[in-house]
Amino acid sequence: MILDSKIPEGPLAEKWKNHIARGKLVNPSNKRKYEIIIVGSGLAGASAAATLGELGYSVKCFSFHDSPRRAHSIAAQGGINAAKNYQNDGDSVYRLFYDTIKGGDYRSREANVHRLAEVSMNIIDQCVAQGVPFAREYGGTLSNRSFGGAQVSRTFYARGQTGQQLLLGAYSALSRQIGLGTVEMFCNQEMLELVVVNGEAKGIITRNVNTGQIQRHSAHAVVLGTGGYGNVFNLSTYARNSNATAAWRAYRKGAAFANPCYTQIHPTCIPVSGDYQSKLTLMSESLRNDGRIWAPKKLGDKRPPNEIPEKERDYYLERKYPSFGNLAPRDISSRAAKEACDEGRGVGETGLGVYLDFSDAIERLGEETIRERYGNLFAIYKEITNESAYETPMRIYPAVHYTMGGLWVDYDLMSNLPGLFVMGEANFSDHGANRLGASALMQGLADGYFVLPNTIPHYLADVPREAAPSIDGPEFAVAELEVRDRTNKLLDNNGTKSVKSFHKRLGEIMWNYCGMARTKEGLEKALELIPQLREEFRKDVRVPGEGKELNQSLEQAGRVADFLELGELMCRDALAREESCGGHFRVEHQYPDGEAMRDDESFAHVAAWEFKGEDKVPERHVEPLEYEETKFTTRSYK
Amino acid sequence: MNVKLRVWRQKNSETEGSFENYEARDLNPNMSFLEMLDVVNEDLTNDGSEPIAFAHDCREGICGTCSCMIDGKPHGPETGVATCQTYMRSFKDGDTITVEPFKANAFPIVKDLVTDRKAFDKIQRSGGFVSVRTGAAPDANAIPIGKDIADLAMDAAACIGCGACVAACKNSSAMLFVSAKAGQLNLLPQGQPEKDTRVLNMVATMDEAGFGNCTNQYECSAACPKLISEEFISKLNRDYMSASVKKLFKAKAL
Amino acid sequence: MKVIHVLFRSSIGKKFTMAVSGFILFGFVIGHLSGNLQIFAHPDKINAYAHFIESLGPALWGIRLFLLTTLVVHVWVAAQLTIENKRARQKNYDKQVTLRATLASRYMRVSGVIVLAFIIYHLLHFTVRVTHGTEAYPTTILADGTKVRDVHSMIVLGFKSPYIAIFYLLSVGLLSWHLAHGLVSMFQSVGLRTRAWSHVLERITVVLSVSYFLGNALIVVAAMSGKVRIQNPSVVGFTCRDTCEICGLRNAEAIVENADAVEDNQS
Repeated sequence: MILDSKIPEGPLAEKWKNHIARGKLVNPSNKRKYEIIIVGSGLAGASAAATLGELGYSVKCFSFHDSPRRAHSIAAQGGINAAKNYQNDGDSVYRLFYDTIKGGDYRSREANVHRLAEVSMNIIDQCVAQGVPFAREYGGTLSNRSFGGAQVSRTFYARGQTGQQLLLGAYSALSRQIGLGTVEMFCNQEMLELVVVNGEAKGIITRNVNTGQIQRHSAHAVVLGTGGYGNVFNLSTYARNSNATAAWRAYRKGAAFANPCYTQIHPTCIPVSGDYQSKLTLMSESLRNDGRIWAPKKLGDKRPPNEIPEKERDYYLERKYPSFGNLAPRDISSRAAKEACDEGRGVGETGLGVYLDFSDAIERLGEETIRERYGNLFAIYKEITNESAYETPMRIYPAVHYTMGGLWVDYDLMSNLPGLFVMGEANFSDHGANRLGASALMQGLADGYFVLPNTIPHYLADVPREAAPSIDGPEFAVAELEVRDRTNKLLDNNGTKSVKSFHKRLGEIMWNYCGMARTKEGLEKALELIPQLREEFRKDVRVPGEGKELNQSLEQAGRVADFLELGELMCRDALAREESCGGHFRVEHQYPDGEAMRDDESFAHVAAWEFKGEDKVPERHVEPLEYEETKFTTRSYK
Repeated sequence: MNVKLRVWRQKNSETEGSFENYEARDLNPNMSFLEMLDVVNEDLTNDGSEPIAFAHDCREGICGTCSCMIDGKPHGPETGVATCQTYMRSFKDGDTITVEPFKANAFPIVKDLVTDRKAFDKIQRSGGFVSVRTGAAPDANAIPIGKDIADLAMDAAACIGCGACVAACKNSSAMLFVSAKAGQLNLLPQGQPEKDTRVLNMVATMDEAGFGNCTNQYECSAACPKLISEEFISKLNRDYMSASVKKLFKAKAL
Repeated sequence: MKVIHVLFRSSIGKKFTMAVSGFILFGFVIGHLSGNLQIFAHPDKINAYAHFIESLGPALWGIRLFLLTTLVVHVWVAAQLTIENKRARQKNYDKQVTLRATLASRYMRVSGVIVLAFIIYHLLHFTVRVTHGTEAYPTTILADGTKVRDVHSMIVLGFKSPYIAIFYLLSVGLLSWHLAHGLVSMFQSVGLRTRAWSHVLERITVVLSVSYFLGNALIVVAAMSGKVRIQNPSVVGFTCRDTCEICGLRNAEAIVENADAVEDNQS
């Protein structure tokens, strides 16, 4: 397998401009002759579908939801970064680029990240023109807030629901194109297989989740904007239906999967309250501006927090990282919380939680100020836990929040499988080993609005202008048969255990052995346990109901079956990466003070895995990362 | 705690549905309503029966997928939350809870508690956008927008498209949804050039979709998980009539 | 026709039509009530007023036609809306609670239909004048010698029957209730109700509809309880005398008995 990143020549800041200027184009009158399938209607999918439709291509967009607007991009709270420098605080494209590279712990491509920083400004312009109601100052100009990992204020936001507003902007642009007939929208259609014709991606097989109908769709190119795979962990901040099936099917058809072990664990989520829990809810990072994180010094201290005297509290972030204190980056804060709980100093019923205490801030600033700043977050906390954070400290615990890994793509966002493009969280490209806050929305929209529409012609220009391959071709027939087989096998399995029970067990294995801290032994253990669980799943899963109507157990079963394979790949990747970087922390690789120890000699590369067959060991390929502009430095927050 | 459930079961849009009774035992009051349904479904699956189909996704009140009529109120007894943010502590031990899907002719039932709300997408397609080409936007700060206007537009934009307004309205009117969507764009300077065609087209599409008419009772606003104000309906009425009048008398280019 | 389409086909147009026709009818009933309140003045006042209206001739018919059309439009569009609203959810919920809809708003159809029946009766009673025998519709002579319909006596006679009086009271009560929702609602339908003043608007509405009811009820109760009496000699069955303190200037023959005596005679 050749992993050619196709990074353009020239100085870093000129690469993107030159690439657009010199790339091949498709004649406007020929564009409609090219059919493009876009799977997913989140920020990346909707913005790409709208833009490509507007350019004149014949676009088909697929979503398993009843409406494109429900994609999980909608749940992002905090904001979106852009190097506008509206605050006159020294921001620039270079600074956003640099912060993102450093935040990613030097494991992302310089050229991609620089491009992201460049187009970040166009995104804000575009969204404002669409009517996205960003927060504004009294004078009518846009307002900004600060986010972790940056020393400037460059985050644009719309109350606590920036993701929803940006998605609705992209959805409105998509709706307009659907109304104009340039995009055909397929709702309630889940992609279950990728069709490869002569080594190139030329179609997909979908199942209508409401009717069970299996359909073939062909095109000149297939674009995936299907999101991340954090639901491997079962409990996460992902939506319940977020899944990796589309990406996993592409992987099994030959697309390389890059850096699967890079997962982001967000430090401030509401802890698990019981066995029944289906979902973890994020509490914005901004709370750490005024809240102090602590755990009791004594092991197993079950006293209510207000009865634990000051000298028996351990403000461990302030103690370990005096200069950053409670504002230490996500990965570091998460690991510190886990350590405290592992030592037996965790709080709450389950012992998996630490306190985020606002009493000092309330004393200093008054309850009113705190209410103004965080009122809505305190309300969410109250809604979920029935506790008032004004009176008693919040309990928080880290949770899986984002996956930096994904399908490997080159500079044009095309995977190693020609004709298959991957955008947003589904690809691996821009965040390295750790993503900074407010960068996910930026990447999704950058890919959809500005990158893909400029790079897809580079591929299409060489594709003959004749019709897309016939859906009656043998490749489509075989792919459909595979889907039918898998579906029927699940339905006819007549096992004894529910899909959910397997998902939960997989989640536990992943969290314990491939979560915040990973060890060789643990990962090897997981690599034993996961295939066993997968085997048990195949033998003993029970999927009630029929295939020709809405069957949520069946949908979930297909997704969990893929997670059971993907989980193994994640562990394999984590085991192979003998270093600690960003969201990937190997206990064996740390400095004496417990900080992550990167190995730039051996691991300054992208690891991309190639599928070698059912239950066979996949092959690890390497794309070296070359840094022209930036120098490796150790991240220190002391 | 334990509760009894009366749940609407309907195989598909073609068949008739009916209520089935279930018992949910040993619940934690801090469970969400949907987690309670998860537990019931897990039991049903283990018993070899078919679990209850219900719509859900993000489970944090923003995607607008969940849509249960709980004890006669969309999204359950609490105010300003979606079904996924309703917790069992809002009910009493031993309660019998009636769970139905959102019902309206424009929202056909897919199965059990799942309702098809694509009619909303249709309305959106007919005018819920600003026609701006990707890449053709001026600088974001080129047009200042007063904070009060931006905040009001944000109030309208908070709509999560769940359809509780339609479900709560005795006439199944979609006016709150349409008024929020059109209102957001009509308030902002970016939305002005298409303001009149937007309201005319969106209302026409809404009427075609088979929603009822607004009788100004504001049940929609009371049931809305984002508590969107009926003031936007008033604005839509005003914008619609002024657009209609303008359409009759406005000068047209040759 | 585009106008017809907007006003009678589109959902918002129909609501606009309801609001505007409702507003006209509201204006009419207020005017009607203020006219009727003249019953508390000298009988000539109201009789002259009625005569003036009747003497408008073709203009009166124009006004009548306009009001009748407005009423028909109001009822017709209401019926259309009701049918559409029922059709929008053919399979209803097993259980549905009311969240904030006012009682008046929920019974607009009931109050509307009863009020409509009342209007028909009322027109037959006082405009077409066929519900009672001819003795219920007397005439009188004004100070300037014009012979006019004695509306004053007609009203008092009309409310003598407790059944009719109660029916009037009830209907006017329902109409006031109808207005309690209708008045706020019309502002919403034309887009003039905003959060900034909706509370004020709601209070004004309550005051207006309660006053409207009290005004009407006062007439009915006054007539029923004898606080307003018939003063038409021909109705009472006596002739007037020159120096009658009630009629004062009227040049007619004397009347000795008072209205109570009339009642005694008739019974």
